[in-house]
Amino acid sequence: MALGFTLAYLALIVLIPLTGLAWRSASLGWAGLWHVATDPRTLNALKISFGTAFVAALINVFFGVVVAWVLVRYRFPGRRIIDAIVDLPFALPTAVAGIALTSIYAKNGWIGRWLDPLGIKVAFTPIGITIALIFVGLPFVVRTVQPVMEEIRTEVEEAAATLGANRFQTITRVLLPGLQPAILTGFALAFARAVGEYGSVIFIAGNLPYVSEIAPLLIVIRLEEFDYAGATAIAAIMLLISFAMLFIINLIQAWSRRRYGYGT
Amino acid sequence: MVHDLSQTAAPAAATWHPATTESRGSRYVLIGITLVFLGLFLVLPLVSVFVEAFRKGPAEYFTALIEPDAQAAIRLTLLVAAIAVPLNLVFGVVAAWTIAKFEFKGKAFLTTLIDLPFSVSPVISGLVYVLLFSSHSLLGPWFKSHGIEILFAVPGIVLATVFVTFPFVARELIPLMQHQGTTDEEAALSLGANGWQTFWHVTLPNIKWGLLYGVLLCNARAMGEFGAVSVVSGHIRGLTNTMPLHVEILYNEYNFVAAFAVASLLALLALVTLILKSLLEMRYGAELRAAGGH
Repeated sequence: MALGFTLAYLALIVLIPLTGLAWRSASLGWAGLWHVATDPRTLNALKISFGTAFVAALINVFFGVVVAWVLVRYRFPGRRIIDAIVDLPFALPTAVAGIALTSIYAKNGWIGRWLDPLGIKVAFTPIGITIALIFVGLPFVVRTVQPVMEEIRTEVEEAAATLGANRFQTITRVLLPGLQPAILTGFALAFARAVGEYGSVIFIAGNLPYVSEIAPLLIVIRLEEFDYAGATAIAAIMLLISFAMLFIINLIQAWSRRRYGYGT
Repeated sequence: MVHDLSQTAAPAAATWHPATTESRGSRYVLIGITLVFLGLFLVLPLVSVFVEAFRKGPAEYFTALIEPDAQAAIRLTLLVAAIAVPLNLVFGVVAAWTIAKFEFKGKAFLTTLIDLPFSVSPVISGLVYVLLFSSHSLLGPWFKSHGIEILFAVPGIVLATVFVTFPFVARELIPLMQHQGTTDEEAALSLGANGWQTFWHVTLPNIKWGLLYGVLLCNARAMGEFGAVSVVSGHIRGLTNTMPLHVEILYNEYNFVAAFAVASLLALLALVTLILKSLLEMRYGAELRAAGGH
């Protein structure tokens, strides 16, 4: 009975709506999908969405690993508060993050006013999009890498040190390879989240077609034009690319887990 | 670890550090990077919400909050969360119970399905309901002829919110229940308890903290969801505007103080969520970690 309830609920909330999406996309046919996909505005929106999401996820991997390392290894006043704050992007509504980041990076904002004389424009450019995506993606990297770091046994590091490795060598040759599967997972989660992100981006992006218009926004624009076929096609293309990329990341991960890996 | 004797005697002992940690200098640099990065990217936006909200003083701030459209938005957000969270709580418990305590074919597929809303763009989550209930769709005309409005009305907003928030409780409970196994339940059943008694007196007390944790995260997302709700809401002021949507409208009208005032309520909700979450992790960390939580 419990299984029946679970299945019925899932069917109502997830399966039927998603089948609707698949059915709609299928009724467009390959020709219809191809037509929408090769439209220059769609192509640019997809490029911007996947490009900024990729850069943001890379930056998050670097800083996320540093933050996780500091939280796991060092003891300093305020560590608990910092640990809690890492989850802020999970808890803060995306629209709130969006308007806050925009006000900070606008020409007269707290940070924008220092960058503007240097000729760096952040708000209403792809750099602004990337900053919003760094905000939403950071906890995915930290929270994926952190528990795996906690499980590293110091014996491994001691062995490396007694064998003559300096600290830098121990970290880059011994510790980081072992963390690679977790780092990849964190990257994939941050990337997937960033590709679909909408609320925090639309305020800071400026939403100029061909320049700073993201794919989710183009879906919304097509819907407002009652172009349901166009909206469906962009959604289908986004889902296809995302699944393909996650599949590739899973393959790399399976490979790297076989090679190194802490069994996560 | 190898301790170089020549160094213990020398005054240079202060620069010595164990081989399994970084030098004092590197540690300070890494802590510095962490503080600056988190300060710039997380703390500064949070602080700016409150500063912008009070830019023209407390009178303007409170005016923005008691204005009728803002009140309607707050009421709608509370209503949507009051429907979506209990629904997903019941689903989460039942789904986790099914997956953790029983063996059946297609379990992995079911788990993937539960995680799905996390990997789909919120805009696409909203889009699927538009396709399902629009006037050109299969179901739309039928509901319309029966006088039920779903799209651009409260039911659509509730549906979209249920969709994006339903993994939270289930995801928290599945690993927890799997970890606990079925021995407690078997003991209860063998002592003559029926299924319902077993669930109420044995299973539920075992999972209560994990459940609370899941509900907390589910509620935060339900009240803050923007993308999915934006697509199905129709943005009718005073009727189908939730708080995040109201923030957007005010902001686009250049009414920044009012936008940040409503946003500050959502930021407070986020802060309360983070504090409760940290308290739960501190007190019941061991139990929750068994769940392999985040």
